[in-house]
Amino acid sequence: MALYNVHAGNNKARYARNTVNVTILVLFAIATIFPIYFMVISSFGDPVEAGAMSYSLIPTKISFASYKFFFDYSEYSYRWLLNSTIVAACVTISNVFFASLAGYAFSKIRFKGRNVLFMVLLVAMMIPYQVTQVPLYILIVNIFHIQNTYSALILPGLVTVYNIFLAKQFMGSIPNEVIECAKIEGCNQFQIYYKIIMPLSKTVLAVMAILTFMESWNTFFWPFLVTNTMDMQTIQVGLKNFKFANTTYFAPMMAGATISAVPMFILFFSLQKYFLEGVTVGAVKG
Amino acid sequence: MSQVELTKPKKRRKIKGDGAWGYAFIAVALVVFAMFTAYPVVSAFIISFQKYKPLGSSFVGFDNYIATFKDPLFGKSVVNTIVYTVLTVPVALILSFGVSILVLPLKKKLQTTFKAIYYLPAVASGVALSVVWLWMFDPMSSGIFNKLISVFGISNQNWLGSSATAMFSLVLMAWLSSHGTSIIIYLAALLGIDESYYEAAELDGATFWKKIWYIVIPCLKPTTLFLLVTGVIGSFQVFQNAYLMTGGGPDNATTMVGLLIFNNAFKYFEFGKAAAQSLILAVIIAGISLAQFKFLGDDVEY
Repeated sequence: MALYNVHAGNNKARYARNTVNVTILVLFAIATIFPIYFMVISSFGDPVEAGAMSYSLIPTKISFASYKFFFDYSEYSYRWLLNSTIVAACVTISNVFFASLAGYAFSKIRFKGRNVLFMVLLVAMMIPYQVTQVPLYILIVNIFHIQNTYSALILPGLVTVYNIFLAKQFMGSIPNEVIECAKIEGCNQFQIYYKIIMPLSKTVLAVMAILTFMESWNTFFWPFLVTNTMDMQTIQVGLKNFKFANTTYFAPMMAGATISAVPMFILFFSLQKYFLEGVTVGAVKG
Repeated sequence: MSQVELTKPKKRRKIKGDGAWGYAFIAVALVVFAMFTAYPVVSAFIISFQKYKPLGSSFVGFDNYIATFKDPLFGKSVVNTIVYTVLTVPVALILSFGVSILVLPLKKKLQTTFKAIYYLPAVASGVALSVVWLWMFDPMSSGIFNKLISVFGISNQNWLGSSATAMFSLVLMAWLSSHGTSIIIYLAALLGIDESYYEAAELDGATFWKKIWYIVIPCLKPTTLFLLVTGVIGSFQVFQNAYLMTGGGPDNATTMVGLLIFNNAFKYFEFGKAAAQSLILAVIIAGISLAQFKFLGDDVEY
Protein backbone atom coordinates (compact mmCIF):
# COMPACT_ATOMS: atom_id res chain seq x y z
CA MET A 1 0.00 0.00 0.00
CA ALA A 2 2.19 2.77 -1.20
CA LEU A 3 2.89 4.84 -4.22
CA TYR A 4 4.33 1.82 -5.98
CA ASN A 5 2.41 -1.42 -6.38
CA VAL A 6 3.46 -3.82 -3.69
CA HIS A 7 3.69 -6.85 -5.99
CA ALA A 8 2.78 -9.05 -3.05
CA GLY A 9 4.32 -12.45 -3.46
CA ASN A 10 5.77 -11.39 -6.79
CA ASN A 11 9.38 -10.72 -5.93
CA LYS A 12 10.44 -10.92 -9.55
CA ALA A 13 8.29 -7.96 -10.59
CA ARG A 14 9.52 -5.85 -7.70
CA TYR A 15 13.09 -6.82 -8.45
CA ALA A 16 12.70 -5.88 -12.11
CA ARG A 17 11.17 -2.53 -11.22
CA ASN A 18 13.93 -1.62 -8.78
CA THR A 19 16.55 -2.64 -11.32
CA VAL A 20 15.09 -0.23 -13.85
CA ASN A 21 14.99 2.53 -11.24
CA VAL A 22 18.54 1.94 -10.11
CA THR A 23 19.81 1.86 -13.70
CA ILE A 24 18.33 5.27 -14.45
CA LEU A 25 19.56 6.66 -11.15
CA VAL A 26 23.08 5.36 -11.71
CA LEU A 27 23.24 6.94 -15.17
CA PHE A 28 22.13 10.25 -13.72
CA ALA A 29 24.58 9.88 -10.84
CA ILE A 30 27.42 9.32 -13.29
CA ALA A 31 26.49 12.51 -15.13
CA THR A 32 26.40 14.35 -11.80
CA ILE A 33 29.74 13.28 -10.41
CA PHE A 34 31.60 13.02 -13.70
CA PRO A 35 33.09 16.56 -13.42
CA ILE A 36 34.40 15.76 -9.96
CA TYR A 37 35.81 12.44 -11.11
CA PHE A 38 37.39 14.18 -14.11
CA MET A 39 38.92 16.81 -11.81
CA VAL A 40 40.50 14.32 -9.43
CA ILE A 41 41.74 11.93 -12.15
CA SER A 42 43.26 14.71 -14.25
CA SER A 43 45.07 16.24 -11.30
CA PHE A 44 47.45 13.28 -11.27
CA GLY A 45 48.68 14.06 -14.78
CA ASP A 46 51.99 15.70 -15.65
CA PRO A 47 52.24 19.49 -15.40
CA VAL A 48 52.80 20.11 -19.09
CA GLU A 49 51.11 22.73 -21.23
CA ALA A 50 47.85 21.43 -22.59
CA GLY A 51 48.18 22.49 -26.22
CA ALA A 52 46.72 19.62 -28.13
CA MET A 53 46.80 17.10 -25.32
CA SER A 54 43.95 14.68 -25.09
CA TYR A 55 42.22 14.10 -21.81
CA SER A 56 42.08 10.55 -20.63
CA LEU A 57 39.22 9.35 -18.51
CA ILE A 58 41.15 6.47 -17.03
CA PRO A 59 44.20 7.25 -14.95
CA THR A 60 47.31 6.04 -16.77
CA LYS A 61 49.77 7.08 -14.09
CA ILE A 62 49.68 8.73 -10.72
CA SER A 63 52.01 11.67 -10.36
CA PHE A 64 51.95 14.42 -7.77
CA ALA A 65 54.01 16.76 -9.93
CA SER A 66 50.98 18.91 -10.74
CA TYR A 67 50.27 19.42 -7.05
CA LYS A 68 53.85 20.51 -6.58
CA PHE A 69 53.46 22.86 -9.54
CA PHE A 70 50.38 24.41 -7.97
CA PHE A 71 52.03 24.92 -4.60
CA ASP A 72 55.19 26.30 -6.22
CA TYR A 73 53.20 28.97 -8.06
CA SER A 74 53.16 31.22 -5.03
CA GLU A 75 55.11 31.18 -1.80
CA TYR A 76 51.80 31.81 -0.10
CA SER A 77 49.88 28.85 -1.49
CA TYR A 78 49.91 27.03 1.86
CA ARG A 79 48.90 30.26 3.52
CA TRP A 80 45.73 30.30 1.38
CA LEU A 81 44.59 27.05 2.99
CA LEU A 82 45.47 28.40 6.41
CA ASN A 83 43.58 31.67 5.75
CA SER A 84 40.50 29.79 4.59
CA THR A 85 40.63 27.60 7.67
CA ILE A 86 41.05 30.56 10.06
CA VAL A 87 38.24 32.56 8.49
CA ALA A 88 35.84 29.63 8.23
CA ALA A 89 36.58 28.51 11.79
CA CYS A 90 36.03 31.99 13.27
CA VAL A 91 32.83 32.54 11.31
CA THR A 92 31.53 29.11 12.31
CA ILE A 93 32.24 29.45 16.04
CA SER A 94 30.77 32.93 16.18
CA ASN A 95 27.67 31.88 14.26
CA VAL A 96 26.99 28.83 16.40
CA PHE A 97 27.32 30.84 19.61
CA PHE A 98 25.63 34.14 18.73
CA ALA A 99 22.98 32.79 16.38
CA SER A 100 21.88 30.19 18.93
CA LEU A 101 21.80 32.80 21.70
CA ALA A 102 19.65 35.06 19.54
CA GLY A 103 17.55 32.12 18.38
CA TYR A 104 16.87 31.18 22.00
CA ALA A 105 15.96 34.73 22.91
CA PHE A 106 13.62 35.04 19.92
CA SER A 107 11.89 31.74 20.62
CA LYS A 108 11.66 31.56 24.42
CA ILE A 109 12.29 34.88 26.15
CA ARG A 110 9.60 37.51 26.09
CA PHE A 111 10.75 41.05 25.64
CA LYS A 112 9.37 44.21 24.11
CA GLY A 113 9.71 44.48 20.35
CA ARG A 114 10.66 40.84 19.91
CA ASN A 115 8.25 40.06 17.10
CA VAL A 116 8.88 43.31 15.27
CA LEU A 117 12.63 42.77 15.38
CA PHE A 118 12.29 39.21 14.13
CA MET A 119 10.06 40.33 11.27
CA VAL A 120 12.67 42.90 10.28
CA LEU A 121 15.30 40.15 10.19
CA LEU A 122 13.08 37.92 8.04
CA VAL A 123 12.32 40.68 5.57
CA ALA A 124 16.03 41.48 5.34
CA MET A 125 16.68 37.88 4.32
CA MET A 126 14.80 38.53 1.07
CA ILE A 127 17.08 41.38 0.00
CA PRO A 128 19.50 40.22 -2.70
CA TYR A 129 23.10 40.49 -1.66
CA GLN A 130 23.90 42.74 -4.61
CA VAL A 131 22.14 45.53 -2.71
CA THR A 132 24.42 45.34 0.31
CA GLN A 133 27.60 44.51 -1.58
CA VAL A 134 28.59 48.04 -2.65
CA PRO A 135 27.87 49.84 0.65
CA LEU A 136 29.52 46.99 2.54
CA TYR A 137 32.62 47.36 0.40
CA ILE A 138 32.66 51.13 1.01
CA LEU A 139 32.17 50.55 4.73
CA ILE A 140 35.06 48.13 5.03
CA VAL A 141 37.47 49.81 2.62
CA ASN A 142 36.74 53.54 2.77
CA ILE A 143 35.32 54.00 6.26
CA PHE A 144 36.91 51.33 8.47
CA HIS A 145 40.07 51.06 6.36
CA ILE A 146 40.43 47.39 7.22
CA GLN A 147 40.73 45.89 3.75
CA ASN A 148 43.19 43.04 3.46
CA THR A 149 42.79 41.95 7.08
CA TYR A 150 41.17 38.97 8.73
CA SER A 151 38.64 41.36 10.27
CA ALA A 152 37.42 42.36 6.82
CA LEU A 153 36.97 38.71 5.89
CA ILE A 154 35.29 37.68 9.14
CA LEU A 155 33.23 40.60 10.49
CA PRO A 156 30.37 40.73 7.94
CA GLY A 157 29.71 37.02 8.46
CA LEU A 158 29.78 36.91 12.27
CA VAL A 159 26.08 36.09 12.57
CA THR A 160 23.77 35.40 9.66
CA VAL A 161 20.03 35.88 9.78
CA TYR A 162 19.55 32.44 8.25
CA ASN A 163 21.30 30.81 11.20
CA ILE A 164 19.25 32.79 13.73
CA PHE A 165 16.13 31.62 11.91
CA LEU A 166 17.35 28.02 11.94
CA ALA A 167 18.05 28.14 15.68
CA LYS A 168 14.73 29.83 16.45
CA GLN A 169 12.76 27.25 14.46
CA PHE A 170 14.36 24.38 16.31
CA MET A 171 14.36 25.85 19.81
CA GLY A 172 10.71 26.80 19.49
CA SER A 173 9.92 23.09 19.72
CA ILE A 174 11.66 22.63 23.08
CA PRO A 175 8.90 22.43 25.72
CA ASN A 176 8.54 25.46 27.99
CA GLU A 177 8.23 23.20 31.06
CA VAL A 178 11.91 22.33 30.84
CA ILE A 179 12.85 25.98 31.01
CA GLU A 180 10.38 26.74 33.80
CA CYS A 181 11.76 23.87 35.86
CA ALA A 182 15.28 25.19 35.48
CA LYS A 183 14.08 28.62 36.52
CA ILE A 184 12.52 27.23 39.67
CA GLU A 185 15.80 25.50 40.41
CA GLY A 186 17.38 28.95 40.36
CA CYS A 187 19.08 29.02 36.98
CA ASN A 188 19.44 32.39 35.33
CA GLN A 189 18.79 32.69 31.62
CA PHE A 190 22.41 32.21 30.59
CA GLN A 191 22.64 29.06 32.68
CA ILE A 192 19.44 27.80 31.08
CA TYR A 193 20.87 28.49 27.66
CA TYR A 194 24.21 26.93 28.44
CA LYS A 195 23.12 23.92 30.48
CA ILE A 196 19.79 23.03 28.90
CA ILE A 197 19.17 24.62 25.52
CA MET A 198 22.63 24.03 24.07
CA PRO A 199 22.73 20.29 24.85
CA LEU A 200 19.14 19.83 23.61
CA SER A 201 19.93 21.61 20.34
CA LYS A 202 23.11 19.69 19.56
CA THR A 203 21.84 18.38 16.23
CA VAL A 204 20.74 21.69 14.83
CA LEU A 205 23.91 23.37 16.07
CA ALA A 206 25.99 20.70 14.34
CA VAL A 207 24.05 21.22 11.12
CA MET A 208 24.53 24.96 11.46
CA ALA A 209 28.25 24.63 12.09
CA ILE A 210 28.79 22.38 9.09
CA LEU A 211 26.79 24.40 6.61
CA THR A 212 28.34 27.66 7.82
CA PHE A 213 31.87 26.26 7.59
CA MET A 214 31.24 24.94 4.10
CA GLU A 215 29.76 28.19 2.88
CA SER A 216 32.57 30.24 4.34
CA TRP A 217 35.20 27.93 2.86
CA ASN A 218 33.62 28.04 -0.58
CA THR A 219 32.86 31.73 -0.69
CA PHE A 220 34.72 33.58 -3.38
CA PHE A 221 33.52 37.10 -4.07
CA TRP A 222 33.87 38.78 -0.71
CA PRO A 223 37.47 37.64 -0.13
CA PHE A 224 38.18 38.49 -3.76
CA LEU A 225 36.93 42.04 -3.18
CA VAL A 226 38.60 42.87 0.11
CA THR A 227 42.00 41.21 -0.24
CA ASN A 228 44.74 42.57 -2.44
CA THR A 229 47.90 40.76 -1.45
CA MET A 230 48.53 37.07 -1.90
CA ASP A 231 49.33 36.46 1.76
CA MET A 232 45.78 37.42 2.79
CA GLN A 233 43.88 35.56 0.10
CA THR A 234 41.81 32.46 0.68
CA ILE A 235 42.17 29.26 -1.31
CA GLN A 236 39.26 30.13 -3.62
CA VAL A 237 40.75 33.49 -4.57
CA GLY A 238 44.18 31.90 -4.91
CA LEU A 239 42.79 29.25 -7.22
CA LYS A 240 41.16 31.89 -9.40
CA ASN A 241 44.43 33.86 -9.63
CA PHE A 242 46.35 30.69 -10.44
CA LYS A 243 43.83 29.95 -13.17
CA PHE A 244 44.30 33.36 -14.75
CA ALA A 245 48.08 33.17 -14.59
CA ASN A 246 48.38 29.65 -15.99
CA THR A 247 45.61 29.35 -18.55
CA THR A 248 47.19 26.46 -20.40
CA TYR A 249 48.37 24.27 -17.55
CA PHE A 250 45.56 21.78 -17.38
CA ALA A 251 46.70 19.25 -14.79
CA PRO A 252 48.00 21.79 -12.24
CA MET A 253 44.70 23.65 -12.50
CA MET A 254 42.84 20.44 -11.72
CA ALA A 255 45.23 19.85 -8.82
CA GLY A 256 44.39 23.31 -7.49
CA ALA A 257 40.67 22.71 -7.86
CA THR A 258 41.02 19.36 -6.10
CA ILE A 259 42.94 20.97 -3.23
CA SER A 260 40.24 23.58 -2.79
CA ALA A 261 37.46 20.98 -2.82
CA VAL A 262 38.93 18.00 -0.99
CA PRO A 263 38.70 19.38 2.57
CA MET A 264 34.96 19.78 2.04
CA PHE A 265 34.65 16.30 0.54
CA ILE A 266 36.36 14.83 3.61
CA LEU A 267 34.08 16.83 5.88
CA PHE A 268 31.07 15.75 3.82
CA PHE A 269 31.80 12.04 3.90
CA SER A 270 32.64 11.99 7.59
CA LEU A 271 29.60 14.05 8.62
CA GLN A 272 27.24 13.06 5.81
CA LYS A 273 24.28 12.62 8.13
CA TYR A 274 24.38 16.23 9.29
CA PHE A 275 24.88 17.58 5.79
CA LEU A 276 21.85 15.75 4.41
CA GLU A 277 19.79 16.68 7.46
CA GLY A 278 20.82 20.30 7.14
CA VAL A 279 19.28 20.57 3.71
CA THR A 280 15.80 19.80 4.97
CA VAL A 281 16.00 21.63 8.29
CA GLY A 282 15.60 25.03 6.67
CA ALA A 283 12.89 23.91 4.28
CA VAL A 284 10.46 22.27 6.67
CA LYS A 285 7.89 24.77 7.71
CA GLY A 286 7.28 25.33 11.35
CA MET B 1 -8.44 33.09 43.23
CA SER B 2 -6.38 35.06 45.68
CA GLN B 3 -3.44 32.91 44.87
CA VAL B 4 -3.62 33.91 41.23
CA GLU B 5 -3.66 37.54 42.18
CA LEU B 6 -0.70 36.98 44.41
CA THR B 7 1.41 35.35 41.76
CA LYS B 8 0.50 37.79 39.03
CA PRO B 9 2.72 40.72 40.01
CA LYS B 10 5.53 38.30 40.67
CA LYS B 11 5.20 36.89 37.17
CA ARG B 12 5.30 40.32 35.65
CA ARG B 13 8.49 41.05 37.50
CA LYS B 14 10.00 37.83 36.21
CA ILE B 15 9.26 38.73 32.61
CA LYS B 16 10.77 42.15 33.17
CA GLY B 17 13.93 40.58 34.51
CA ASP B 18 14.12 38.16 31.59
CA GLY B 19 13.59 40.96 29.13
CA ALA B 20 17.05 42.26 29.93
CA TRP B 21 18.45 38.80 29.23
CA GLY B 22 16.59 38.78 25.94
CA TYR B 23 18.16 42.03 24.83
CA ALA B 24 21.57 40.86 26.00
CA PHE B 25 21.25 37.63 24.02
CA ILE B 26 20.35 39.33 20.76
CA ALA B 27 22.75 42.25 21.25
CA VAL B 28 25.65 40.93 19.19
CA ALA B 29 23.41 39.59 16.45
CA LEU B 30 21.61 42.92 16.30
CA VAL B 31 24.79 44.97 16.13
CA VAL B 32 26.16 42.78 13.33
CA PHE B 33 22.83 42.98 11.52
CA ALA B 34 22.58 46.75 11.92
CA MET B 35 26.11 47.37 10.79
CA PHE B 36 26.47 44.88 7.93
CA THR B 37 22.91 44.52 6.61
CA ALA B 38 20.60 47.34 7.71
CA TYR B 39 23.09 50.17 7.32
CA PRO B 40 24.22 48.97 3.86
CA VAL B 41 20.61 48.75 2.66
CA VAL B 42 19.89 52.31 3.74
CA SER B 43 23.22 53.39 2.36
CA ALA B 44 22.44 51.72 -0.98
CA PHE B 45 19.34 53.90 -1.27
CA ILE B 46 21.38 57.03 -0.67
CA ILE B 47 24.22 56.01 -2.99
CA SER B 48 21.74 55.24 -5.75
CA PHE B 49 20.87 58.96 -5.91
CA GLN B 50 24.49 60.03 -5.97
CA LYS B 51 27.48 60.09 -8.21
CA TYR B 52 29.83 58.40 -5.80
CA LYS B 53 33.30 59.77 -5.12
CA PRO B 54 35.41 58.73 -2.13
CA LEU B 55 35.76 62.38 -1.11
CA GLY B 56 32.31 63.92 -1.21
CA SER B 57 29.67 62.46 -3.51
CA SER B 58 27.33 64.70 -5.42
CA PHE B 59 23.56 64.31 -5.45
CA VAL B 60 22.24 63.56 -8.94
CA GLY B 61 18.57 62.76 -8.31
CA PHE B 62 17.14 59.97 -10.44
CA ASP B 63 19.97 60.10 -13.01
CA ASN B 64 21.28 56.64 -12.13
CA TYR B 65 17.83 55.12 -12.48
CA ILE B 66 17.10 56.92 -15.75
CA ALA B 67 20.48 55.93 -17.15
CA THR B 68 19.80 52.32 -16.17
CA PHE B 69 16.44 52.17 -17.90
CA LYS B 70 17.90 53.78 -21.02
CA ASP B 71 20.87 51.41 -21.05
CA PRO B 72 20.21 48.67 -23.65
CA LEU B 73 22.73 46.47 -21.86
CA PHE B 74 20.60 46.49 -18.71
CA GLY B 75 17.59 45.36 -20.74
CA LYS B 76 19.68 42.65 -22.37
CA SER B 77 20.99 41.46 -19.00
CA VAL B 78 17.44 41.24 -17.63
CA VAL B 79 16.40 39.18 -20.67
CA ASN B 80 19.47 36.96 -20.22
CA THR B 81 18.63 36.45 -16.57
CA ILE B 82 15.04 35.53 -17.40
CA VAL B 83 16.15 33.12 -20.14
CA TYR B 84 18.63 31.49 -17.78
CA THR B 85 16.01 31.20 -15.02
CA VAL B 86 13.31 29.79 -17.30
CA LEU B 87 15.72 27.21 -18.71
CA THR B 88 17.25 26.12 -15.41
CA VAL B 89 14.69 26.28 -12.60
CA PRO B 90 11.74 24.28 -14.05
CA VAL B 91 14.03 21.64 -15.57
CA ALA B 92 15.88 21.28 -12.28
CA LEU B 93 12.53 20.86 -10.50
CA ILE B 94 11.25 18.21 -12.92
CA LEU B 95 14.58 16.35 -12.83
CA SER B 96 14.68 16.34 -9.03
CA PHE B 97 11.04 15.31 -8.81
CA GLY B 98 11.60 12.38 -11.17
CA VAL B 99 14.75 11.29 -9.41
CA SER B 100 13.15 11.42 -5.97
CA ILE B 101 10.22 9.30 -7.21
CA LEU B 102 12.70 6.74 -8.52
CA VAL B 103 14.69 6.74 -5.28
CA LEU B 104 11.59 6.31 -3.11
CA PRO B 105 11.06 2.50 -3.31
CA LEU B 106 14.72 1.68 -2.70
CA LYS B 107 16.16 0.49 0.57
CA LYS B 108 17.14 3.14 3.11
CA LYS B 109 20.85 2.59 2.64
CA LEU B 110 20.68 2.90 -1.13
CA GLN B 111 18.55 6.03 -0.75
CA THR B 112 21.23 7.65 1.38
CA THR B 113 23.97 6.69 -1.08
CA PHE B 114 22.15 8.30 -3.98
CA LYS B 115 21.32 11.38 -1.94
CA ALA B 116 25.00 11.78 -1.06
CA ILE B 117 26.12 11.39 -4.68
CA TYR B 118 23.62 13.91 -6.00
CA TYR B 119 24.51 16.38 -3.27
CA LEU B 120 28.27 16.14 -3.86
CA PRO B 121 28.59 19.00 -6.43
CA ALA B 122 26.97 21.33 -3.90
CA VAL B 123 29.85 20.62 -1.53
CA ALA B 124 32.57 21.53 -4.04
CA SER B 125 33.37 25.21 -4.35
CA GLY B 126 31.97 27.17 -7.26
CA VAL B 127 35.48 28.17 -8.32
CA ALA B 128 36.66 24.56 -8.46
CA LEU B 129 33.60 23.47 -10.45
CA SER B 130 33.98 26.37 -12.88
CA VAL B 131 37.62 25.42 -13.48
CA VAL B 132 36.62 21.84 -14.29
CA TRP B 133 33.68 22.77 -16.50
CA LEU B 134 35.85 25.25 -18.38
CA TRP B 135 38.03 22.37 -19.50
CA MET B 136 35.11 20.12 -20.28
CA PHE B 137 33.86 22.85 -22.62
CA ASP B 138 37.31 23.07 -24.23
CA PRO B 139 36.70 24.23 -27.84
CA MET B 140 39.48 21.95 -29.17
CA SER B 141 38.44 18.60 -30.60
CA SER B 142 40.00 16.94 -27.57
CA GLY B 143 37.52 18.62 -25.20
CA ILE B 144 35.18 16.27 -23.37
CA PHE B 145 31.95 17.65 -24.78
CA ASN B 146 33.33 17.91 -28.29
CA LYS B 147 34.41 14.28 -28.07
CA LEU B 148 30.95 13.36 -26.85
CA ILE B 149 29.08 15.08 -29.68
CA SER B 150 31.53 13.83 -32.31
CA VAL B 151 30.14 10.37 -31.55
CA PHE B 152 26.86 11.65 -32.97
CA GLY B 153 28.62 13.18 -35.95
CA ILE B 154 28.29 16.80 -34.78
CA SER B 155 31.27 19.00 -35.53
CA ASN B 156 33.32 20.88 -32.92
CA GLN B 157 31.55 23.59 -30.99
CA ASN B 158 33.13 26.62 -29.43
CA TRP B 159 30.93 26.10 -26.39
CA LEU B 160 31.60 29.13 -24.25
CA GLY B 161 33.12 31.24 -27.00
CA SER B 162 30.18 31.59 -29.37
CA SER B 163 27.07 33.54 -28.53
CA ALA B 164 24.87 30.73 -29.91
CA THR B 165 26.01 28.16 -27.35
CA ALA B 166 27.43 30.13 -24.42
CA MET B 167 24.14 30.49 -22.58
CA PHE B 168 23.22 26.87 -23.23
CA SER B 169 26.58 25.78 -21.83
CA LEU B 170 25.93 27.60 -18.56
CA VAL B 171 22.44 26.11 -18.43
CA LEU B 172 23.80 22.61 -19.00
CA MET B 173 26.23 23.11 -16.15
CA ALA B 174 23.38 24.21 -13.88
CA TRP B 175 21.29 21.16 -14.81
CA LEU B 176 24.02 18.78 -13.82
CA SER B 177 25.33 20.39 -10.68
CA SER B 178 22.53 22.03 -8.74
CA HIS B 179 19.80 19.46 -8.13
CA GLY B 180 21.15 17.83 -4.95
CA THR B 181 19.32 20.06 -2.53
CA SER B 182 15.94 19.82 -4.24
CA ILE B 183 16.16 16.03 -4.55
CA ILE B 184 16.71 15.70 -0.81
CA ILE B 185 13.89 18.10 0.00
CA TYR B 186 11.49 16.37 -2.41
CA LEU B 187 12.36 12.98 -0.98
CA ALA B 188 11.72 14.17 2.55
CA ALA B 189 8.33 15.48 1.46
CA LEU B 190 7.50 12.24 -0.39
CA LEU B 191 8.22 10.21 2.72
CA GLY B 192 5.87 12.48 4.63
CA ILE B 193 2.79 11.69 2.52
CA ASP B 194 0.25 9.74 4.51
CA GLU B 195 0.01 6.09 3.39
CA SER B 196 -3.77 6.11 3.76
CA TYR B 197 -4.12 8.31 0.67
CA TYR B 198 -2.52 5.60 -1.44
CA GLU B 199 -4.65 2.91 0.20
CA ALA B 200 -7.83 4.78 -0.57
CA ALA B 201 -6.70 5.37 -4.14
CA GLU B 202 -5.88 1.69 -4.59
CA LEU B 203 -9.33 0.69 -3.44
CA ASP B 204 -10.63 2.90 -6.22
CA GLY B 205 -8.34 1.10 -8.62
CA ALA B 206 -5.92 3.95 -9.25
CA THR B 207 -2.86 3.19 -11.35
CA PHE B 208 0.68 4.36 -10.57
CA TRP B 209 0.36 7.41 -12.83
CA LYS B 210 -3.02 8.32 -11.42
CA LYS B 211 -1.55 8.21 -7.91
CA ILE B 212 1.26 10.50 -9.02
CA TRP B 213 -1.19 12.93 -10.59
CA TYR B 214 -3.94 12.97 -7.96
CA ILE B 215 -1.98 12.39 -4.77
CA VAL B 216 1.73 13.06 -5.06
CA ILE B 217 1.66 16.27 -7.07
CA PRO B 218 -1.04 17.98 -4.96
CA CYS B 219 0.62 16.84 -1.71
CA LEU B 220 3.98 18.16 -2.82
CA LYS B 221 2.63 21.51 -3.92
CA PRO B 222 4.00 23.43 -0.92
CA THR B 223 7.41 21.85 -1.47
CA THR B 224 7.35 22.67 -5.16
CA LEU B 225 6.36 26.24 -4.43
CA PHE B 226 9.16 26.57 -1.87
CA LEU B 227 11.73 25.19 -4.33
CA LEU B 228 10.36 27.30 -7.16
CA VAL B 229 10.47 30.55 -5.23
CA THR B 230 13.91 29.95 -3.70
CA GLY B 231 15.17 28.68 -7.07
CA VAL B 232 14.00 31.76 -8.93
CA ILE B 233 15.35 34.11 -6.27
CA GLY B 234 18.70 32.34 -6.37
CA SER B 235 18.78 32.27 -10.14
CA PHE B 236 18.14 36.00 -10.41
CA GLN B 237 21.18 36.71 -8.28
CA VAL B 238 23.44 34.21 -9.99
CA PHE B 239 26.57 35.46 -11.65
CA GLN B 240 29.52 33.54 -10.26
CA ASN B 241 29.55 30.97 -13.08
CA ALA B 242 29.08 33.64 -15.73
CA TYR B 243 31.84 35.73 -14.18
CA LEU B 244 34.31 32.89 -13.87
CA MET B 245 33.57 31.05 -17.11
CA THR B 246 32.54 33.56 -19.76
CA GLY B 247 33.03 36.94 -18.12
CA GLY B 248 29.61 37.79 -19.52
CA GLY B 249 30.72 37.28 -23.10
CA PRO B 250 30.74 36.66 -25.96
CA ASP B 251 29.07 39.89 -26.97
CA ASN B 252 27.29 40.05 -23.61
CA ALA B 253 25.35 36.90 -24.43
CA THR B 254 25.76 35.67 -20.85
CA THR B 255 25.74 38.98 -18.99
CA MET B 256 23.22 38.55 -16.19
CA VAL B 257 21.92 41.37 -14.01
CA GLY B 258 24.10 40.22 -11.11
CA LEU B 259 27.21 40.33 -13.27
CA LEU B 260 26.32 43.73 -14.74
CA ILE B 261 25.96 45.16 -11.23
CA PHE B 262 29.26 43.62 -10.23
CA ASN B 263 31.02 45.07 -13.27
CA ASN B 264 29.54 48.51 -12.76
CA ALA B 265 30.60 48.50 -9.15
CA PHE B 266 33.99 46.88 -9.11
CA LYS B 267 35.24 47.18 -12.69
CA TYR B 268 34.10 50.70 -13.54
CA PHE B 269 33.61 51.88 -9.93
CA GLU B 270 30.24 53.41 -10.79
CA PHE B 271 28.87 52.80 -7.32
CA GLY B 272 25.78 54.99 -7.82
CA LYS B 273 24.70 53.15 -10.93
CA ALA B 274 25.40 49.77 -9.37
CA ALA B 275 23.35 50.65 -6.28
CA ALA B 276 20.42 51.82 -8.42
CA GLN B 277 20.52 48.63 -10.47
CA SER B 278 20.73 46.43 -7.38
CA LEU B 279 17.62 48.09 -5.96
CA ILE B 280 15.79 47.56 -9.25
CA LEU B 281 16.85 43.92 -9.08
CA ALA B 282 15.51 43.70 -5.52
CA VAL B 283 12.15 45.08 -6.66
CA ILE B 284 12.01 42.63 -9.60
CA ILE B 285 12.77 39.70 -7.30
CA ALA B 286 10.20 40.79 -4.74
CA GLY B 287 7.59 41.22 -7.50
CA ILE B 288 8.21 37.78 -8.98
CA SER B 289 8.13 36.09 -5.56
CA LEU B 290 4.84 37.76 -4.69
CA ALA B 291 3.36 36.79 -8.06
CA GLN B 292 4.39 33.17 -7.55
CA PHE B 293 2.76 33.06 -4.14
CA LYS B 294 -0.38 34.72 -5.46
CA PHE B 295 -0.90 32.52 -8.51
CA LEU B 296 0.39 29.21 -7.21
CA GLY B 297 0.11 29.45 -3.49
CA ASP B 298 -3.51 30.40 -2.92
CA ASP B 299 -4.19 27.16 -1.07
CA VAL B 300 -0.76 26.71 0.47
CA GLU B 301 -0.29 27.65 4.08
CA TYR B 302 2.99 28.90 5.45
